[in-house]
Amino acid sequence: MDTHIVERLAEYVDNGELNSELIYAESEHSMFSAAAGASAAGARSFTASSSQGLALGFEVLGMISGMRLPVVAAIANRALSSPINIWNDHSDTMSVKDMGWIQLYVESAQESFDTMVQAFKIAEETLIPVMVCLDGFTLSHVTEPLELENVSSFVGKYRGKYVLDPKKPLLMGPVATPDSYMEIKELQQKDMLDSKNVVKKIHNEYKKKYKRGYGDGLIETYNLKGKKKALILMGSAVGTARVVSDEEKDFGVIKLKCFRPFPEEELKKVCKDVKEIAVIDRSLSFGQDSAVYTEVKKCLPNKKISGFVAGLGGRDITRKTIKDAVNQIGKEGQIWLK
Amino acid sequence: MAEMILGLPKEELFCSGHTSCSGCGPALAMRYALKAAGKNTVVVHATGCMEVVSSAYPLSAWKVPWIHGTFENAPAIASGIERAFKSKGKKVNILAIGGDGATFDIGLGALSGMIERGHKVCYICYDNEAYMNTGKQRSSASPLFANTTTTPFGKKIHGKLEPKKPLPFIVAAHGVKYVATASIANPQDFYNKVKKGLAIDGPSFIHVFAPCQFGWKFPTDKTIEITGQAIKSCVAPIYEIENGILKLNKVDNKIKIDNYLNMQGRYKHLNKEEVFQLQQFVDDRWKFLTELETKGKVFDVVQ
Repeated sequence: MDTHIVERLAEYVDNGELNSELIYAESEHSMFSAAAGASAAGARSFTASSSQGLALGFEVLGMISGMRLPVVAAIANRALSSPINIWNDHSDTMSVKDMGWIQLYVESAQESFDTMVQAFKIAEETLIPVMVCLDGFTLSHVTEPLELENVSSFVGKYRGKYVLDPKKPLLMGPVATPDSYMEIKELQQKDMLDSKNVVKKIHNEYKKKYKRGYGDGLIETYNLKGKKKALILMGSAVGTARVVSDEEKDFGVIKLKCFRPFPEEELKKVCKDVKEIAVIDRSLSFGQDSAVYTEVKKCLPNKKISGFVAGLGGRDITRKTIKDAVNQIGKEGQIWLK
Repeated sequence: MAEMILGLPKEELFCSGHTSCSGCGPALAMRYALKAAGKNTVVVHATGCMEVVSSAYPLSAWKVPWIHGTFENAPAIASGIERAFKSKGKKVNILAIGGDGATFDIGLGALSGMIERGHKVCYICYDNEAYMNTGKQRSSASPLFANTTTTPFGKKIHGKLEPKKPLPFIVAAHGVKYVATASIANPQDFYNKVKKGLAIDGPSFIHVFAPCQFGWKFPTDKTIEITGQAIKSCVAPIYEIENGILKLNKVDNKIKIDNYLNMQGRYKHLNKEEVFQLQQFVDDRWKFLTELETKGKVFDVVQ
């Protein structure tokens, strides 16, 4: 479902509107690899994928982040096989949450655009790849009015920090033995944890310049002030939650925009006065509660938190789904809202 | 003018100090390939013996920029590098290197994609006829009846039952301008072919026969001798397919394969019937190649 993204890019390139090389890979494994190669050679690299394609590229995701290549990818979130299902949920990106990529989940087409622009700056400053996760179909295939910006000056000209250059030979992707592997991974983890400050900083710069922002760039809240109840969720269903919150007036909405790195302190801060929380996950972790629920519980051990699974395989998350979640706060276990 | 030995530059760009076994055939292939490519080169390496022995952090045997990704994606990484350099107007040789496991098996799709898209990359497959790095497991480049750890000589089944995949022909069938086979026993021939491959305006593919003393079980000082036996007995035919026309290196006084087989532990348990079958197989392939050579253009070239 990333098809529309690459089709439009192909049009821009073929019409000479975008000065870029387009590589038509034979598989998503090669697609991520070619993006990595271009990035290693000093080019700003972008790719798009989804669902099974992302799963096929899994191996290369870790290679890219381990090599600290600032690749940016748009992922149109879709369910994973089997059974085959082409519709939206978050199974694909949630299953690669541990591959060392910054993950930003967006609510609207406008937020996709704004976040995508920021993603390049974030990746290039942190040397951590970024995936912008947008709901398949809901965001990837619908038409929405969009405010476009000329962002060339914001993003700036790209100069790779570590580049394959015969004048300055270097090694990328060497063997690390048990003597060095842990230290390398420790550095990567430290930089990943620190990267949330860069995500915030770049978001603020963008907001200042183009007058559009999404909370602090990590978390966005809606109607939360003075509320004892909150609903936490990610992606396009946040829009529905906003409407229900306006109607019911008894809960506020917390949109988790940045899932990796997980904004633990920021979430604690916005939930300071909240007593009861409902968390909606759009993916499963077979054999355990879903990831967002689990991580929110870990982050807020003293709150009453209930978990809900909804919207798998393209099942709509409606106003009723949102109400059902909020009304069942306090129940034990992860509850399925079908 | 660079100092030359036997027509090859003396300078080593794949340096000593790497950790390959004594008598390693592929390590020679790396040295010769890099002599041909020179300093203005980026090497993209697949996972495998030569990657492992040359790049243990924080050391490197490479005097050129080098990148290793995964087992199967060297051609795809090379594709990205090539386009990036092209868009920046940089003229740099790009060598993608993989063993037979990476090339014949797991990375074949990526190689096919790179070739189809016409990237100007010279891909070198060093063929030691099994996954030697992980302990001699069968690959689709392992020859008929070879004893590998996954095709052992059992009471019921004697080694590998399938013949080697004809990879150079599969690559040639993509319609590329240049495909060649070579060996480490003839450095000048290999050197010239790498030079030629890099000069092609598009993808080129070189398959270099590089014995492994550990996997084939022969004394470490016999690497070149065994390679010579493979060539003289026509087990490893050396040829070029240039613009669709096949040109075979002549073999005067072709010898039987017995001596080649007897020198290696991996063929130790062959019975007479199996030796006969193997000889037949080699003779048939050689006959096929010699006939093909007389037919002029045998592959369509679309690039």
